[in-house]
Amino acid sequence: MRVHPHPPRYRAATSPAERERCRVVGFLARRLGLVLVTFFGITVFSFALIHLIPGDPIMLMFGERNVDPATLAAMRAQIGIDRPLIVQYGLFIWHALHGNLGQSLATHDSVLGEFLTFFPATVELAVSAMLIAVTIGIPAGIIAALRRGTTTDYTVMGLALTGYSMPIFWWAILLILLFSVTLGLTPVSGRIDIAYYIHPVTGFMLIDSLISGDPGAFRSALSHLILPAIALGTIPLAVIARMTRSAMLEVLNEDYVRTARAKGLSPLRVVGIHALRNALIPVITIIGLQVGSLFGGAVLTETIFAWPGVGNWLIQGINRRDYPVLQGGILLVAAVIILVNLTVDILVGVVNPRIRHAR
Amino acid sequence: MSETALARSVGLLPEFRRHFVASRSGVIGLGLVLLLVLAAIFAPLLAPHAPDNQIRTAILHPPTWLAGVFPLGTDDLGRDVLSRLMYGARLSLSIGAVVVTLSFLVGTMLGLIAGFAGGVVDALVMRLMDMMLALPTLLLAIAVVAILGPGLFNAMLAVSIVQLPGFVRLTRAAVLVERSKDYVAASRMAGAGRARLMFLIVLPNCLAPLIVQASLGFSNAILDTAALGFLGLGAQPPTPEWGTMLADALQFVQSAWWVVTFPGLAILLTVLGFNLVGDGLRDALDPRLKLG
Repeated sequence: MRVHPHPPRYRAATSPAERERCRVVGFLARRLGLVLVTFFGITVFSFALIHLIPGDPIMLMFGERNVDPATLAAMRAQIGIDRPLIVQYGLFIWHALHGNLGQSLATHDSVLGEFLTFFPATVELAVSAMLIAVTIGIPAGIIAALRRGTTTDYTVMGLALTGYSMPIFWWAILLILLFSVTLGLTPVSGRIDIAYYIHPVTGFMLIDSLISGDPGAFRSALSHLILPAIALGTIPLAVIARMTRSAMLEVLNEDYVRTARAKGLSPLRVVGIHALRNALIPVITIIGLQVGSLFGGAVLTETIFAWPGVGNWLIQGINRRDYPVLQGGILLVAAVIILVNLTVDILVGVVNPRIRHAR
Repeated sequence: MSETALARSVGLLPEFRRHFVASRSGVIGLGLVLLLVLAAIFAPLLAPHAPDNQIRTAILHPPTWLAGVFPLGTDDLGRDVLSRLMYGARLSLSIGAVVVTLSFLVGTMLGLIAGFAGGVVDALVMRLMDMMLALPTLLLAIAVVAILGPGLFNAMLAVSIVQLPGFVRLTRAAVLVERSKDYVAASRMAGAGRARLMFLIVLPNCLAPLIVQASLGFSNAILDTAALGFLGLGAQPPTPEWGTMLADALQFVQSAWWVVTFPGLAILLTVLGFNLVGDGLRDALDPRLKLG
């Protein structure tokens, strides 16, 4: 009897490259599966929200006015809240998949449309905040790590912990008091001076004002953006500085850094190329995780600076008891955060094989 | 209490103290927290005025510092800011304590169950936690308050719920590590029941990261409840809750800087204190850092 040289069960993984590909696909599939389950949970929560909130949404729409029961019943049937819950949930998902998240009770505009109007303002604010946080936080963390145990280290880390503990609603007010009220350097609220009309092309005021070709408009947009961005960027800055320091300290103890030093490479090259590359992996993860808290912070920052973004919109939704806005808004914000986290996860997994292979 | 339990079982209290003191940040934090606790306990003795006493002749009186009757000034109704802050310290500490106790108990329980049961139960609990983590804590807390209605108690409940995932994940991770160790197998063979294994044998060995988390949870609780108060969803005026005081005084920010500055400073120092304690506890309790 002839023995088969390659028994079938070993055929699945023929070459290292193919095994690697299988691992990557498996890693992506696992992450995607978890994300789908999480997102399903969020849809249930956001669907349940409107039923958990005390009071009847139809009665809320009419407020204090007296409406005859027949009209109310007709309205209920029209919105569909007289159907069984499971049917309502199915319809909610079906509509959501078609981009229909209902209408705002206050403005009667589509919730998705309103979200898309306000979303670029929040993205602009969040990206600016993150830029400030990264450009200051990473160098600060590196310096603290290199000067470990010195006054510089203690000062940087003390400031970082203070920033991390900062109630940003208060910090924002202090910034306004100092820069707007006392020094008169920046405006107090809004995205741009009302003297300028900027045609929304991208929805990002900085870019749109730049396109408009009016340097005054760009300056105005920038001066409106700077304080909210500092306020919102403070906590991520502190988190990034702390994370960079500890990641850097860990990496600086590694053998390959000692080897690089022993080879006689310049300190700049050792730190900047050998150490920093690996130290940045956990920092990138932390930056991704900060996106969620940026949205939370945006609620406070946008409220204080009257920044017309998603956070401000959601708080107005709460204050007006505009439940479709709250429901749709939470679903959309969660979707954005889940997508960003997934992207960061995949990026880090692709960059760092150690994570990809961990089960 | 948990610290001493931990120390008694392995005789680590002196070592713990040494590392905690050596970290310095822990000592500074503890000092801040102690100061706050004293101010809260002795508020009726130390406060120059009653927190709700409206002195109509001294509306928006600027701070007199050490010299006079209104060390930190008065608010728009003529109430002494320092006195309100001291009574507010009672609220903030209670908020922290209640929130951390609630989320510690429920979160640890869920984490233990998920870690021990495994399978479907584990998957269910952990996916629920993933879902909660997908929303920013403040937004989730706002949604919960929208369901329950605004108010200090509901805000505290919302913040407790929001803090659950941290405790659940830490407990579960620690349980998974501990469960496979020899001492657990030995106890199981000696006939220890499931409850005994969970609470008396495995849980004490999972406490170190949970204690650190509790300390950080304290500061998050105070910060989030204050933020909810600031948004008008937490404690309602005239409660001297710091976030609510801040929101209340916002309209006078240009004419009377002190009504806004001091409540915020109180929040910052308190949160900073608990974060410093958390850092100190981590330095003292995390064996990986001890080696370094």
